[in-house]
Amino acid sequence: MWNVLRAELTKLRRPSLSLSTFAAVTFVTGLVTSLLFLLVDSPEGNSDRGVRIGREVLALPTGVSLSFSNAAGLLGIVALCIFAAQTAQEYTYGTLRNLLVRQPSRMKILFGKLGSMKLFAIAMVTLSAVLAVSLSYLFAGIKNIPTDAWSTPDARSAVLRTFINVLIATIGYGIFGMILGLLFRSPISAISIGVIWNLIIEGLLSAFVTNIDRYFPGQLLSIVAIGGNDRISYQYALFTSYAFLLGGLAIVALLFKKRDVAN
Amino acid sequence: MSSPLALDVADLSKKYGDRMALSHANFEVPMGSICGFVGPNGSGKTTTIRMLLGLISPTTGSGHVLGESITEPEKYLPNVGAMIEGPAFYPALTGAQNLTVLAKLGGFDTNGIQGLLDLVDLGDRGNSKYKTYSLGMKQRLGIAAALLPKPKLLVLDEPTNGLDPAGIQEIRNLLRKLADVGTTVFVSSHLLSEIEMISDHLVMLRLGKVIFSGKTSELLAKQQPVIVAKPENRNDLDKLVKIAEGAGHSAKIIDESVHVTGAADFSAKLNKAAFEAGIVLESLTPVRASLEDTFFEMTGE
Repeated sequence: MWNVLRAELTKLRRPSLSLSTFAAVTFVTGLVTSLLFLLVDSPEGNSDRGVRIGREVLALPTGVSLSFSNAAGLLGIVALCIFAAQTAQEYTYGTLRNLLVRQPSRMKILFGKLGSMKLFAIAMVTLSAVLAVSLSYLFAGIKNIPTDAWSTPDARSAVLRTFINVLIATIGYGIFGMILGLLFRSPISAISIGVIWNLIIEGLLSAFVTNIDRYFPGQLLSIVAIGGNDRISYQYALFTSYAFLLGGLAIVALLFKKRDVAN
Repeated sequence: MSSPLALDVADLSKKYGDRMALSHANFEVPMGSICGFVGPNGSGKTTTIRMLLGLISPTTGSGHVLGESITEPEKYLPNVGAMIEGPAFYPALTGAQNLTVLAKLGGFDTNGIQGLLDLVDLGDRGNSKYKTYSLGMKQRLGIAAALLPKPKLLVLDEPTNGLDPAGIQEIRNLLRKLADVGTTVFVSSHLLSEIEMISDHLVMLRLGKVIFSGKTSELLAKQQPVIVAKPENRNDLDKLVKIAEGAGHSAKIIDESVHVTGAADFSAKLNKAAFEAGIVLESLTPVRASLEDTFFEMTGE
């Protein structure tokens, strides 16, 4: 599997992919952080779905990592696109047959790919964390929000906790993308279905059907990223979302192992 | 004692729904040979190759590659190089990066990549993106990728597609060189003249069935040679046919010549008989049946 990991990293390191991904991460993190701080006094709200996070909340030790956790959903969509594209493109380019001739163990290919993309997700989330914290200081200065509590041990542990949660959520979204990539074998289909499902279908249904978000992996992963909320606990969100994802991954892994490679 | 086999399949079949892509195929390819794998489009060549490489599983039958069962491809694929259904690489990576991906995947030394690129005449384009390559260059990169493991068995599906005559000759010479150092080459192609020039063994498919498997020379020897006689005067065509038929050979007029089926040594007798009958021959040419003629005759295409 180490050989697969090394080979996959060669592909992921290409500038056209890595630079565009990191540009997207920078944009998403910058956007979320700037909206959170610059609209702090706006009556329309400065966070998800018109939620207002006030100055007093931003001044808490957890304030330094709030924009980072708010960006998790969009980071997850970026990860979903990359995991889906990197998996499905092997079918559309016809390169899967080359991979399988050089590494006949399909499970090694699959989990080597997953491992390399997890490393890529770590790089994405690390960049986002650094940007979110740096920009939080910058925008807090502009909006005169006190940052004394941000350098306390509580703040550091909040950043670390948020980093782990955002990483778990981002990888979760990526696994969802990989499942779709293996299922549909086309990057365009996998990405469009994944994005439409997460951003539109889950969102709409959750808005109209009470408590249905308890069963949607995308909604649950965004709750994992913020460490749980008053309706859904962190533990429930984590275990239920990953139960869905690992179940789905097991099914597509079986399909991948058994299916003829005829293109 | 028979020579060791690089490939052998027994009763190998593959069915997709109601369609039999390959039906009860049996053939053997000796180690160190160049074996041509020919058949019309849709005859089952690529299906067979995919089964030999573990990409699809057979419906029935068995096969061995380098002595190992095709159900355990991990045992023989490290010694097999392959290009199936044309080259397939990542467009955004350079030729060298594409080879690096495959070398790392197979656990091969990446230091030999420049040498391989030089070998297939891509030495100065290794750092160009694959998407900028011409069809011939893509094909050559595919061959370089197949050579990465220093294979004992090289399986190439239409390796000369898109190559110019000079490129085709280079590939032919390369395959000969590889065979000379003991590499078995299993090559499918629709260019039968190419296959005839390089292959010492042949497997011929039609409608998913093996219709010949053996030495190329044996197949060609089975075909009757033809003597093509062209008289100076067209009015003598019928007389020439009668002379040939009188000597016990079948003959027919094609264009402005008489095609006589028979051994090449009948040429001299025909020439003498024509002279005695007052027929002046413009040309008299014994023609050996080509693989293409044989192929068309056997496949009925």
